[in-house]
Amino acid sequence: MTLIKTSYNRRSFLKVSALSGGGFVIGFSMLTGFKPLDKQVEESALREIFNLNSYIKITDKGEITILSPNPEFGQNVRTSMPMIVAEELDVEWQKVIVEQAPYNTQLYGRQFTGGSQSIRQSWKALRTAGATARQMLRQAASQAWNVPLEEITTEAGVLYHKASGKSATYGQMASAAAKIPVPKEVKLKEVKSFKLLNTPQKNVEGEKIVTGKPLFTMDYRVEGMLIAMIVHPPAFGLKLKSFDAASVNKMAGIKDVFSIKVYNDDYAREMFDTRTFNELVIIVGNSTWEVMNAKKKLVAEWEPISTSTEKVSFFGQKRDETIPAGLENTNLHYQKMKEMNEKPAEVLRKDGNPEEAFAKAAQIIERTYTCPFLAHNCMEPMTCFAHVTEDKVFLAAPIQAPEFVERTISARLGIPIEKIDIELLRMGGGFGRRAYGHYMVEAALISQKVKAPIKLIYTREDDMTYGIYRPTYIVTYRAALDANKNLIGFHVKGGGFPESAVHANRFPAGAIDNYLAESWALPTNITIGAFRAPRSNFIAGAEQAFLDELAEVVGKDPIAFRLELLKKAKENPVGKNNDYDASRYMGVLELVREKSDWDSSESKKRNRGVAAYFCHNSYAAHVVELSIKEVQVIVDKVVSAMDCGIVVNPEGAVNMVEGAVIDGIGNALYGNLTFKDGAAEQKNFDKYRIIRHKEAPKSIEVHFVKNEIDPTGLGEPPFPPVMGALANALYKATGKRFYSQPFQPELGKVGG
Amino acid sequence: MAKFNLKVNGKIRKVDIDPTTPMLWVLRDHLGLVGTKYGCGIAQCGACTIHLNGTAMRSCMLPVSAIGNQEITTIEGLSENGDHPVQKAWLEHDVAQCGYCQAGQIMSAVSLLKNNPNPSDEEIESAMNGNICRCATYTRIKAAIKTAAKK
Repeated sequence: MTLIKTSYNRRSFLKVSALSGGGFVIGFSMLTGFKPLDKQVEESALREIFNLNSYIKITDKGEITILSPNPEFGQNVRTSMPMIVAEELDVEWQKVIVEQAPYNTQLYGRQFTGGSQSIRQSWKALRTAGATARQMLRQAASQAWNVPLEEITTEAGVLYHKASGKSATYGQMASAAAKIPVPKEVKLKEVKSFKLLNTPQKNVEGEKIVTGKPLFTMDYRVEGMLIAMIVHPPAFGLKLKSFDAASVNKMAGIKDVFSIKVYNDDYAREMFDTRTFNELVIIVGNSTWEVMNAKKKLVAEWEPISTSTEKVSFFGQKRDETIPAGLENTNLHYQKMKEMNEKPAEVLRKDGNPEEAFAKAAQIIERTYTCPFLAHNCMEPMTCFAHVTEDKVFLAAPIQAPEFVERTISARLGIPIEKIDIELLRMGGGFGRRAYGHYMVEAALISQKVKAPIKLIYTREDDMTYGIYRPTYIVTYRAALDANKNLIGFHVKGGGFPESAVHANRFPAGAIDNYLAESWALPTNITIGAFRAPRSNFIAGAEQAFLDELAEVVGKDPIAFRLELLKKAKENPVGKNNDYDASRYMGVLELVREKSDWDSSESKKRNRGVAAYFCHNSYAAHVVELSIKEVQVIVDKVVSAMDCGIVVNPEGAVNMVEGAVIDGIGNALYGNLTFKDGAAEQKNFDKYRIIRHKEAPKSIEVHFVKNEIDPTGLGEPPFPPVMGALANALYKATGKRFYSQPFQPELGKVGG
Repeated sequence: MAKFNLKVNGKIRKVDIDPTTPMLWVLRDHLGLVGTKYGCGIAQCGACTIHLNGTAMRSCMLPVSAIGNQEITTIEGLSENGDHPVQKAWLEHDVAQCGYCQAGQIMSAVSLLKNNPNPSDEEIESAMNGNICRCATYTRIKAAIKTAAKK
């Protein structure tokens, strides 16, 4: 067993247990989110509820509620996080009631959903919460029965003393347990004795989802609530000049028309404070349709922005960010990126003597890859409910980073953080977009102005054209081969608007003696931000397509070639800061080779492509197999191998990988947001192509490397490499390499 | 403004409303039935799918004035206890990720199976192609429809 000190988050454990010493009595039906555990429980029955810590509530009747700390955006943490608590608490999972925890970083830590960090960061806290409560229940039983603590066992929410034959439910001991001081240290279970973790469990909100219950911010309603919408400049590089409120304020249902400044002029932005247009016209009315109609009719004038500099604080580091004037165009972005990539750039990493290796090379392979801006396109557009009164701000919103936006709202409204309350509602998708909570600031300002509860709704067009997009990138790979086709030098150089996707220390850094990584970036006024596996979501596909081409040039099997490089990185690594574990990298490649039957002669006849990547602390490999019918790609099968350590909930994990695979294929084939004179040319799903049912793979098999490593994330890691595997399979099917995402337009020219 | 008597989930619901209002907003803003979702407003994503006389229909471009006597069914009215075979199949296959599009997916799937109780893979893909799932749960949706078809 692992002995763990409970000082982790101990303050919160202590605080809550002290508060709840005697428990409190409450009518069962008063508890929102509580549902009877079985049909015999009377709704009116009174319960005493004991908070053993901030994650666990137990009633005297034995109902057990586990609170899930992090916001849910489809990654299924509302199931998997409570499962971790339940494992250590030793309760029957099917009877556990799960609730979203309130937003309270003192009790629950960061409550940040993103970076595939929820499970990884909370693994110990959640286990400790469950183990601590179990220990307190055992101590209560030990005292009540006057027997040694070591002799008290538990099973499925019941305490036992085998020698005396005594037993009691957790509910019966909850009152006494709540009075026990929080133990200084607790024992955590051995991985091999897990009963619940690593077993497939269904989404705890599945029933609510399939019956259309109001789970989302879009569904949030209170009496007297008004609907608000924004009107923003029609292009990046423009700002509001004037607007004519009289053009719409007499329309049916319209209550108010005004403009807001999202941030004050001297505001120093933090990393998630990105917003595009600082001044917006707001229309407030009684119903969505009435406000939508007024929005179409509003007369407003726009004018060009001047180049400006904004103060930005990024992980405590202050820097100035230039926002250039001008109306930008996609074709010019690509032209400039190609020009920039011809020039020397900032050296991120250099091993050995790459210049010499390239100078004496017998053959140099050079390939350039590009990708467009992408819109997140969460199915639920940006939205927020806000009710600002004299002494309180209440917000209900889909938000990945509540802690950051709370600070921003506090600064903008001049209201202390203690007076801001945020309810974390289930998000209709996130993909990184909802780390940027400007829409919550906007909603709070609107409610403050109209002195009423409001719900801010972005239309799909607002959502797509006012984006915080995945940037457009370029990368050029060069490989130096000697006369025997040995890889003697490797050079990666890339950049983009307004950042580069090059990672200094990722594979194949560490596997090649002479290595050079360079990077540059150019400013843009188009706003960008995190998008599922930031930077990796482009560079992985490019790198893995290049390695595939390289393997072919040197006459090696693509998996064998990668394994050879990884073996070198494992046994004799070049440099010190390689940020991957070569053994685990090899592990997923070996697993996908086995499960896809890669080496069989039958399998070799098919159009297959392989790719592997490490990012966000986990390892992923895919084999994509496809055929082409006219110009339509039919993905017949995808086999995926993942190493994310212990798999908490295989059901949700497999679902997540399947989704990432399809999302990756969709974005690589079709995803494309282009700009003309600063305006996004795709404003809705008629022009912006999202992968659909017909284009999804016919089958996806997901396999996990079995180990006892503490779990790492899974939302992001399977996404980036699938684009490389797809490109490599497309080459097999068409004889042509694909270098520029999206691939579909090029495929249309080549055919099958 | 105009008065309408709408048949929604087996009940008559009265609304006094701008006749151009799409059914989506009548349901969501005026009748409190928020299971039907807004996704695009131009009938391209399927999140707003309801049944009109039992057939799947996008409600975001369907003005209330066009409904007349036709019966409207929403996700809330699909079954009394959430036990329609398609809803049960969705749970069995643990389809949802974020869940926002799933009501629309389910309404399209129910309509498909009503007209074609034993659809082929291709028929499922065609019938469901108008419903976007941004989390990309497509393979599970297809499997759930096949399971429901057997029941």
